[in-house]
Amino acid sequence: MNPEKAPIIQMKNIEKHFGSVIALAGVSLEVFPGECHCLLGDNGAGKSTFIKTMSGVHQPTRGEIFFEGKPMQFHDPRDAIAAGIATVHQHLAMIPLMSVSRNFFMGNEPVKKVGPLKFFDHDYANTVTMDEMRKMGINLRGPDQAVGTLSGGERQTVAIARAVHFGAKVLILDEPTSALGVRQTANVLATIDKVRKQGIAVVFITHNVRHAMAVGDRFTVLNRGQTLGTAQRGQITPEELQDMMAGGQELVALEGSLGGTV
Amino acid sequence: MAETVQSDERVKEISSFRQALIRPELGGIVGTVAVFTLFLLFAFDSGMFASQGVLNWSVVSAQFMIIAVGACLLMIAGEFDLSVGSMIGFAGMMIAVFGVVLGWPMWIAIIITFVICCLLGALNGWIVVKTGLPSFIVTLAFLFILRGFTIYIPQTIERKTIIGGIRDAAEGDWLAPIFGGKIGQPVFQWLGDVGIIAVFERGSREGQPVVDGIPMLIVWAIVIIAFGHILLTRTQFGNWIFASGGDPEAARNSGVPVNKVKILMFTLTAFCATVLAVCQVMEFGSAGADRGLLKEFEAIIAVVIGGALLTGGYGSVLGAALGALIFGVVQQGLFFAGVESSLFRVFLGVILLFAVILNTYIRRIITGER
Repeated sequence: MNPEKAPIIQMKNIEKHFGSVIALAGVSLEVFPGECHCLLGDNGAGKSTFIKTMSGVHQPTRGEIFFEGKPMQFHDPRDAIAAGIATVHQHLAMIPLMSVSRNFFMGNEPVKKVGPLKFFDHDYANTVTMDEMRKMGINLRGPDQAVGTLSGGERQTVAIARAVHFGAKVLILDEPTSALGVRQTANVLATIDKVRKQGIAVVFITHNVRHAMAVGDRFTVLNRGQTLGTAQRGQITPEELQDMMAGGQELVALEGSLGGTV
Repeated sequence: MAETVQSDERVKEISSFRQALIRPELGGIVGTVAVFTLFLLFAFDSGMFASQGVLNWSVVSAQFMIIAVGACLLMIAGEFDLSVGSMIGFAGMMIAVFGVVLGWPMWIAIIITFVICCLLGALNGWIVVKTGLPSFIVTLAFLFILRGFTIYIPQTIERKTIIGGIRDAAEGDWLAPIFGGKIGQPVFQWLGDVGIIAVFERGSREGQPVVDGIPMLIVWAIVIIAFGHILLTRTQFGNWIFASGGDPEAARNSGVPVNKVKILMFTLTAFCATVLAVCQVMEFGSAGADRGLLKEFEAIIAVVIGGALLTGGYGSVLGAALGALIFGVVQQGLFFAGVESSLFRVFLGVILLFAVILNTYIRRIITGER
């Protein structure tokens, strides 16, 4: 993380109210190109609302968003996607019955013209898909392999590779590791590292401190709709992060009874 | 491409047998081979494979094929249309009303009928998409609404449920032969002359071949199958059809206009039904209020035999066409073989059950579910 670089996205004092419920009460965050910024917080801390604001699903009640230094208003997710903010959701935009290459180009199919007719350019799609997957360390049996046969981690990787291929500058990953096994998690974390090295800003949402510590450059903890501060890598221990996430005291008591296994 | 990829030791090689199994057309291919083998063995001398016999089951198969292609693409897009049969009756009746009762030129009657029926198909789709109701219910409503009108309209204006005189009304029309005509007469005359196909031995048509051309119905079937197959497998829109049926939410997240795709597929299904209806009224020279009864289910069965999943997102136009061929051959073959024709329904039920079980198994292989 280079301090001379300007942040690619800045969220300033974002507030979001749903009727009488205050989901976000002034959250600020900035993300730099090439960094992996981990957003931590327990369930209900406001992580999802916050990233939905960032990706254009929600409009903030108060607060400002600056993208590449300019104030931005995202009216819907399309605006955010067009600007270069891609979100990989917990529930993936992948269709198990379709092949990897058909999924990879879903909605952005490459087209080959034959006279006045336009055809799906399968050769191009297959080549690109195999290439991108190989870059991410996944060897497919073939581009026509169905997504349904991939593991959860591989599916996450396909989704990430797809976002990167289509020009994402900011990649928001919503709990990509929450449902994965140890090896698959390691694969996804390795993918995050590869993406970061390409100069893409990664916002990694998780409630698993160990996963965050493995790849994060900076850590922001949310609790009850507020930022509890941002820490640099190396300035904070996993235990401190864990405590912040849980809001302090309760966990200390819990940890006693569980013998420090949380 | 494949040589440059290092194989991953964790990816189990799948045998070519299993690879063949996951082709959606497999069931259709196996079924077609089985059906032809069976009838070649047991009904070869019955005239089923003479030129007239071939024409007979080809026409019946082509009828199934035309509606099966529409139903197939719609099913892959994740919806059903139960109003296909009623739409066939309705479209035929519209032709008769415009062309015979009102006396409009036949080409205007045909074009207006196509416009009305496609709009009705789009309306079906629009209601399904806007209300989020299952297409099963919405199109079931249209099954009754359209059939009701198909009986009511001729009853009210002509006091009967069959309107004839279409052949006379279509005489000399430029558009009608596209649906009711035949092509390739010189070729068939030559085939008759050189003795490859039989010719009439006496009567007014002496010397003419017993089969004097390919009905346009068959040409339409081939054109629609080719169009549907290319659309589905070779175009961007085809990818959207798969995506809309596979997981509409995921498709929407990726920017696929799911609603538009579904409405267009309902429209195409109505278009196919109308093509069949126009070909039928041109052939029979009349429109009957009971035309197309149960066709919607036969179309769906052909599609399922062709390997499409009832849940959408997977299937093949070629498979559906083979399903329709199996249908036509068995239905007419039982007649040629002298088997009681009601057994055809038994056959339908049995083969449907087998096809669905096979498809469920295939789905598990593709998605890796256990």
